[in-house]
Amino acid sequence: MSVFCEVPLAAPVAVFKLSQDFNNDQFPKKVNLGVGAYRTDEGQPWVLPVVKKVENIIVHDDSLNHEYLPILGLPDFRSSASKIALGDDSPAIQENRVGAVQCLGGTGALKMGAEFLCRFYNGSKNTNTPIYVSAPTWENHNAVFANAGFEDVRPYKYWDAEKRGLDLAGFLGDLESCPEHSVFVLHACAHNPTGTDPTPEQWMQIAEIMMRRKLFVFFDSAYQGFASGSLDKDAWAIRYFVSMGFEMFCAQSFSKNFGLYNERVGNLTIVAHDADNLKRVLSQMEKIVRTTWSNPPSQGARIVAITLNSPELFTEWKDNVKTMADRVLLMRAQLKAKLQALGTPGTWDHITEQIGMFSFTGLNPKQVEYMVKERHVYLMASGRINMCGLTSKNIDYVAESIHEAVTKVQ
Amino acid sequence: MALLKTNKVIYCLGNISPSLGVLSTRNSSWWGGVQMGPPDPILGVSEAFKRDTNPKKMNLGVGAYRDDKGKPFVLSCVRKAEAIITTKQMDKEYLGIGGLAEFSKSCAQLAFGADNEVLKRSITVQTISGTGSLRVGANFLARFHGGPRDVYLPKPSWGNHTPIFRDGGMQLKAYRYYDPSSCGFDFKGALDDISKIPEQSVIMLHACAHNPTGVDPKPEQWKEISDIVKKRNLLVFFDMAYQGFASGDIDRDAWAVRYFIEQGHNILLSQSFAKNMGLYGERVGGFTVVCNDTEEAKRVESQLKILIRPIYSNPPMNGARIAATILNTPDLRSLWLEEVHGMANRIIKMREQLAAGLKNEGSSHNWQHVIDQIGMFCFTGLKPEQVERLTKEFSVYMTKDGRISMAGVTSGNVGYLAHGIHAVTK
Repeated sequence: MSVFCEVPLAAPVAVFKLSQDFNNDQFPKKVNLGVGAYRTDEGQPWVLPVVKKVENIIVHDDSLNHEYLPILGLPDFRSSASKIALGDDSPAIQENRVGAVQCLGGTGALKMGAEFLCRFYNGSKNTNTPIYVSAPTWENHNAVFANAGFEDVRPYKYWDAEKRGLDLAGFLGDLESCPEHSVFVLHACAHNPTGTDPTPEQWMQIAEIMMRRKLFVFFDSAYQGFASGSLDKDAWAIRYFVSMGFEMFCAQSFSKNFGLYNERVGNLTIVAHDADNLKRVLSQMEKIVRTTWSNPPSQGARIVAITLNSPELFTEWKDNVKTMADRVLLMRAQLKAKLQALGTPGTWDHITEQIGMFSFTGLNPKQVEYMVKERHVYLMASGRINMCGLTSKNIDYVAESIHEAVTKVQ
Repeated sequence: MALLKTNKVIYCLGNISPSLGVLSTRNSSWWGGVQMGPPDPILGVSEAFKRDTNPKKMNLGVGAYRDDKGKPFVLSCVRKAEAIITTKQMDKEYLGIGGLAEFSKSCAQLAFGADNEVLKRSITVQTISGTGSLRVGANFLARFHGGPRDVYLPKPSWGNHTPIFRDGGMQLKAYRYYDPSSCGFDFKGALDDISKIPEQSVIMLHACAHNPTGVDPKPEQWKEISDIVKKRNLLVFFDMAYQGFASGDIDRDAWAVRYFIEQGHNILLSQSFAKNMGLYGERVGGFTVVCNDTEEAKRVESQLKILIRPIYSNPPMNGARIAATILNTPDLRSLWLEEVHGMANRIIKMREQLAAGLKNEGSSHNWQHVIDQIGMFCFTGLKPEQVERLTKEFSVYMTKDGRISMAGVTSGNVGYLAHGIHAVTK
C-alpha cells in the first residue's frame, strides 16, 4: 500500500504546457508567442555578448572557487543590484536604510518577501492580511503568497477590457476601499501580462492613497531596462515611491534584462525607515533563507556583479539591453502597421501603447483557440502574446492569423 | 488525503477595517516589533574566526573541505567540465521546474546504481542543494502525507533539519542515536525508540557520514533498523549529503540506501553535491520519491512541480550542468571518483594523525572514536567549557557541541590541535 496512492495528478502549469505543445507541433510555420523569454530576429535565444565576455573572465580566473556564498548572497551583487533599482544617488542608500537579499530569480525574491511579511508585517500572524494583486497579473503571484501562508489573496482592478487600457478609477477605488495595512503587489514597469503601465501622474495618485491609507508597497520589477530601453526611466515609479518616504520591498529579476533566465538571479531590495530596523529585518530574513535554500547560487550573481561594477561592462550591458528593447519596439510598430494595412476590425493602438515584452491583444478565448489550433500560433488563453516571438520572417503570418481570428471567430 | 487548498478570492466591498494587529508606531516603521534574530551557530563561529589575529588559528566549524594547505579545493574534474561547457556555448533558457533532466537521471543512478529497477518507478527533481531538497520534501509531506505530522530525527542531527521541517509544515520528534559514553552508536537505544514510533510516521536516516557525530550504523545494524522500520510501517526519508565522501567509495556509501530499497521501502531521498563535487555555492542537489509504479511517479512529479513553482520557479543551471557533465563523461567520472577518494583519504589520514598526536601528547583518554567516526565531522566528546577554552586559549574554532570539521585539519596544524585538545582535557 503506498502512502502516495491518493496523490492526484496536478494540472501542468499553463505557460509551460503551451511550450510543450508548441515543441510537439510539426507544422512548419508554427510560431511560439507564449513564454516570456527574449528571442532574436532569427527566433533564437540570445546570450548577451557582455554575459559571454564575463563568463569567460570567470572561467579563466583561477582565484575563484565554488565556496558557499553568505546566506544573504554575494555582497557586491546585492548592493549593485539595489543601486540599479533605486539609483546611484538614492538618498535612502546614502542613509544606510537599504538592504537586500540575493534570491533565486524574481520568484525567489517574491517568496522571501512574502514569507517575511507573513511572519512579521504589522505585528505577527498575518495569514488574514489581504494581499492585493492586479487583475490580471502574473499567474504565479497568487501561489507565491498563498504558499507563504496568506489566506486572502485578492484582485485589484487594473485592466479595462473594453477600452483596452488601465482601469484607473477602479484601481484607485480599490485602494480607497480596501482594509488599511493591506499589501499591494505593484508591477514596477512593463506590466505582465497587459503591458499597460500607469503614467507618472497616475503613479502619483496611487502613491498618495497608499501613503494615506497605510498600505504596504511590494514592487515586482522583472523588466527594468527592457520596457523603455532606459534603466532609469523604467525605475521611475520605484524611485518616486522611495522619495515619498515609503518603506517597501522590491523583488528584482535579472532573468530578462541580463538574459540569465536559468541561473536564477534575483534580488529582494528592502527599503526601511532606518538602519536599525533594516538590521533586524535582515537578521530575520537570514532565518527564512536558511530553511529554504541555505544560501543562493553563485554563478549568475557573479556575472551581474562583475558587469555592474565595471564601467565598460556596465555600458556594454546597457547597450545590450537597449538592443532587446528596440527590437521589441520595432515589432510592435510593425505588427500594428500590418493589422491596420489588413483592415483588421478594431483599434490596434494598444499594440504600440503597451510596453515591455507582452501585449494583451484583446483576443478572446475562442479566437485564441483558433490561433493555436488552426494557425499554429501559440499564445496564452488570456490573449497575451510575447512580442519577442515575432520576427521579420513570421510577422506577416501572425498578422494574417490575427486578422483571420478576429474576422472568422466571434 | 489533503488536496491543494484553493485561495479565497473575495471582492472587498465597502470600508472594512478588520483588526489586523498592532502597527508599532514607536519608530514609524513597519518593523519596529521585529526582534534581532539569533546569530547562526555555525556562521557565528566563522565570523569570530575571521576576527581572530592569532596566526595559529584554526577554523574547524565550517563543513567545507580544505586541502592539506587549508585552502578551498576546486576539483580538476569540475574545472575540466567547466571548460567543456564553455566550448558548447549553450543558451540560458529556463530549465523545466524539475530541473535538468540529464542531471536528475544521473543523480538517481548515482544513488541507486545505474541498473536498479527502482529507477523506473521513482521521480527525481533537481533542487537547491541538500537544503532545498529537504525543504521540498518537507512541503511535500505536509501536503500529501496521510500519516502523523511527526518527523523523527536522530539525536543529534544536523541543526538545520529541525527548522527546515518546521517551516515546511511538519513537527519534530527524536530517536536515540549517539551514545556520549562511547562516542559511538547507541544501537540498543535507537532500536528501542524506533520500535515505539507510531505507524506511518516519517523517520529520517543519515545515509552515511552522520552529521554531526560521524557515527554510522554497521551493515548488520542497518539490517535490523530496516526490519523494525518495516514492522512499524514507517516512511523512510534518507539524507545523503556525503556519498563518496565518507568511505571514499560511492557504492559503499550508498549501501544503506540501496539495502532499504531492496527490502521494499519506498523511500524519500535528499542528495547534495556540495561536498562530494565541491560545488557548494552552485547549489546542486536532488530530491527523489520512490513510488509503487510509473503512474504514481507521474502524479507525484506533477505535484512536486506545483510545490516548487511558487518557491523559485525552476532551479539554477550552472552546477547541475557541471555535475551532469562529470557523471556522464567517462573520463571525468573516473577522475571524479579518484578525487573524491583523495578527499576522503586525506580526512582519514588526519583522523589517524590526530589520534596518534593525542597519544604522543600523553593523553590518558580513549580517542579511538576519532578514527572510528566517518566523514567530515568528528564528535570529539569535548564539553562546552573545554570547547570554550580551546577557542579562547588556542584560537581553535568549533561548534559548542564539540563537533570539529576534520576537513579543516592539515598535516601542518594537526600537531597543534592535538596539543590544544590535550591541554583542555587532561
